[in-house]
Amino acid sequence: MAHAYTPGLRVTDSATLRRERRLPLKGTVRVAKGDRVEAADIVARCELPGNVQTLNIASRLSVDAAQVTGTLRRAVGEAVRRGEVIAEAKALFGLMTNRVTAPTDGVIENVSSITGQLILREPPLPVEVNAFVDGVVVEVIADEGVVVETRAAFLQGIFGVGGETFGEIAIAVGAAGEDLTEAHLGPQHRGKVVVGGAYVSHAALMRAREVGATAVVVGGFDDRDLRQLLGRDLGVAITGSEDLGITLVLTEGFGRIPMAERSWTLLQRHQGQAASVSGATQIRAGVMRPEILIAHGRAESSAGGEEHGLEIGSLLRVIRQPYFGRIGQVVGLPAELHKLESEAMVRVLVVEFADDHSRATVPRANVELIAG
Amino acid sequence: MEIRPENIRSILATDCGSTTTKAILIEKRDGEYRLIVRGEAPTTVEAPFEDVTRGVLNAVKEVEELAGRRMLDGDRILTPQNGDEGVDLYVSTSSAGGGLQMMVSGLVLQMTGESAQRAALGAGAIVMDVIALNDGRRPHEKIKRLRQLRPDMILLSGGTDGGDIKRVAEMAEILVAADPKARLGAGYELPVIYAGNKDAAQIVRDCLESRTALSVVPNLRPSLEHENLGPARDAIHELFMEHVMAHAPGYKKLMTWSPVPIMPTPGAVGLIIEKVAKRDAMAVVGVDIGGATTDVFSVFQSIFNRTVSANLGMSYSVSNVMAEAGIENILRWVPFEVDEVELRNRIKNKMIRPTTIPQDLEDLVIEQAIAREALRLAFEQHKSLAVGLKGIQTSRDISDIVTQSQSGSTLVNLQDLGLLVGSGGVLSHAPRRVQSALMMIDAFLPEGFTNLAVDSIFMAPQLGVLSTVHEQAATQVFERDCLIRLGGVLAPLGSGKPGQPCLTIELTAKGRPPITQRVPFGEIVVLPLPADGTAHLTAIPERSFDLGEGRGRTFTTDVLGGVVGLIVDTRGRQPFELPHDPRQRIERLRAWNRALGLYAREV
Repeated sequence: MAHAYTPGLRVTDSATLRRERRLPLKGTVRVAKGDRVEAADIVARCELPGNVQTLNIASRLSVDAAQVTGTLRRAVGEAVRRGEVIAEAKALFGLMTNRVTAPTDGVIENVSSITGQLILREPPLPVEVNAFVDGVVVEVIADEGVVVETRAAFLQGIFGVGGETFGEIAIAVGAAGEDLTEAHLGPQHRGKVVVGGAYVSHAALMRAREVGATAVVVGGFDDRDLRQLLGRDLGVAITGSEDLGITLVLTEGFGRIPMAERSWTLLQRHQGQAASVSGATQIRAGVMRPEILIAHGRAESSAGGEEHGLEIGSLLRVIRQPYFGRIGQVVGLPAELHKLESEAMVRVLVVEFADDHSRATVPRANVELIAG
Repeated sequence: MEIRPENIRSILATDCGSTTTKAILIEKRDGEYRLIVRGEAPTTVEAPFEDVTRGVLNAVKEVEELAGRRMLDGDRILTPQNGDEGVDLYVSTSSAGGGLQMMVSGLVLQMTGESAQRAALGAGAIVMDVIALNDGRRPHEKIKRLRQLRPDMILLSGGTDGGDIKRVAEMAEILVAADPKARLGAGYELPVIYAGNKDAAQIVRDCLESRTALSVVPNLRPSLEHENLGPARDAIHELFMEHVMAHAPGYKKLMTWSPVPIMPTPGAVGLIIEKVAKRDAMAVVGVDIGGATTDVFSVFQSIFNRTVSANLGMSYSVSNVMAEAGIENILRWVPFEVDEVELRNRIKNKMIRPTTIPQDLEDLVIEQAIAREALRLAFEQHKSLAVGLKGIQTSRDISDIVTQSQSGSTLVNLQDLGLLVGSGGVLSHAPRRVQSALMMIDAFLPEGFTNLAVDSIFMAPQLGVLSTVHEQAATQVFERDCLIRLGGVLAPLGSGKPGQPCLTIELTAKGRPPITQRVPFGEIVVLPLPADGTAHLTAIPERSFDLGEGRGRTFTTDVLGGVVGLIVDTRGRQPFELPHDPRQRIERLRAWNRALGLYAREV
């Protein structure tokens, strides 16, 4: 089998990254290969077909479905305005005229002589896609979008909610283990990507939204608060399309967990710089994690970020009880299967924890490498 | 190629799952087909490989190494067997790339809509949505939904033969307005199967033939009293091969390796379950609980049904189990106090890091509590779909009025259930087999006597597809190497006070001293069974309890051996209730766990 452990999330000061910016349907690409773009620049645009309204002409005019075509005042394919007469027929021995008017602006798409239904399509809805990051267009996908390349500091979170946004990095707490509270937040955070430490409560997150912060990046959050934020229990981790007014990125997980030192120092180093943030998370085949990109244009650094296999000396974090969130170094990699307290027979490693130098045996499936 | 079963000496079978490709080698030894070895490798449908055959070859290489003989010639499976090299037959199933995802439509949700859903599920599909005239959505909402979801295939049904044409045309028009696109790219037309009123077939052709890859098959509900799912199911399998699989990376090549069509994994599992039920003439329920989904298969009254609960699973969907079951339903199975905030965070952390496993006993207990609820919910969904035909006019006599029987009631009758088979990580790999047995008992609440088994390494898919060409090999391996018989459960219907007399059991087996035991109400005990062979069971219920023969009537049967034994469960059925008081509940759970030796220590 492939990895018997969870590879760590990427946290690197300099990486060359490509982001595909694609329209949901074919449209117009507004930039060319080689163009330099800024995060908020619109790179492609399309029009989504409008919603469809169905009108039962036959029943409204009290005629047979087969006669509906003869009642039409506007032909299939024609545009109509709201309130315009689409079809009419005489009733009551010719004394009255029944009419069907357009309930909305649109185009008559189809009329059926079997069901008597008319399909009216509303005007198209424009959709625009921005560049998301400062960078260079390296590929144009004809009529669909572009690929933007950037050199940036890059940090992947473990879970997020809320869509794409931008803002300057603002460190709001004094240490990676500190909680982000309402008291830390003020008008100075308007339009900023606020970085907290170990935890943010629902109340503090709402305060961040109130002061106009665009995103909060923090170690952990309670699921109870996530439920309050979304108004429902999140069943499957597919997020990114919520309209919350703020994007939340968790770097470590659920609960109160100090932000990993490497993530913390990276964000500190880029305090005041513009960042692109996405909360979109999908944990299925083709995993998608939330991300923070800080474009700086510098060449990729060779130090750090490289991922090696699990070996003696590897720095790791335990990602399940009873040692959840603790950080340490691999000091043993026994080859034989080991019987856990749960009595499952699995491959394990021995870890020496950084804080108190105590040692523990942990399933390899329950650790995450910390790159660098 | 014609397959002559009597000439088959060796069979290689693979199942390309969404994450892992599993290969098994079966050989005929001393006149019997047996599993020899199994191998596995990551599935390679997605980038960077984008060729399913890479994963198949890797899994077969592992089989080669373990079996110590050659089966591959470069990138080709050697067939037929020549001396010690190659195999006589290669077959495969697939659920890679998310399996077969379908939308179905009918005129009335509870009638043709339900029949269409059963046809699609039975063929091994995931049903993304059911569109019907009376589904409560307005036409434009239906159109929007059709456009949003990108199914692999659409099954359009509706109307009994000779019935309403206009409404069928309306559904076809909705489909035209939506102009849905196939999931696997713009390069091919979306397959649509029409299995509705035969009189509307021409209208549907006029509407859809030029825009979709349309197949017209006989009506799946020719009359209200009759359901004919076979032709629609066959068409689904055919189109799955022709369109969906042919466009998935590497499948064209894979299809040339096997003389037997590749089947969707759940469709193949259904086949083997159906065959076992037929062979043993008993009602069977099979359940496969995975990380993302839980499949339930059943055969009652010789009618096969399958459902898939797309968001009930133990890793990717674990959080949805909590959302659907409610945290209090999970906690009712946990014999210690747990802080709700802490439990919620634990479950979410499992969702975002789905490959982790329980290390300490408390964590295992919580995971198994979640599994009970996932299984229970999946079975509830199954019961609501595995029903008799709705919409039938039945003449009722006075007894029907008294019992309020009606058409459309569930086919699942737990008193008839002969065999309950579980598979999927949490059941197949539970550290103690008795844990698997109790999880299934708590979730399904079998009544009377039921045999219990687990599929040790989940090879039912491969055996299912094999059964289409070599039934003997498939059932021999299923019985001898795939199933691990756990034993049985005996649970009387009725309720009482804890400690009140309930059952007297007499169990005799060859070469063992006979066992006679009184089991009061509210207990759970396990009696040893021989690992092989049978034991004879006589159970005498007290007057207010029923084992299927009537209240107070003696029940006798021969019980097949099993590694756990005979579990006598007098905790009550209809209703089954756990104490409401938390302290009492914890005390009872601990007592039951001790009685079964469920865990290594008290939790």
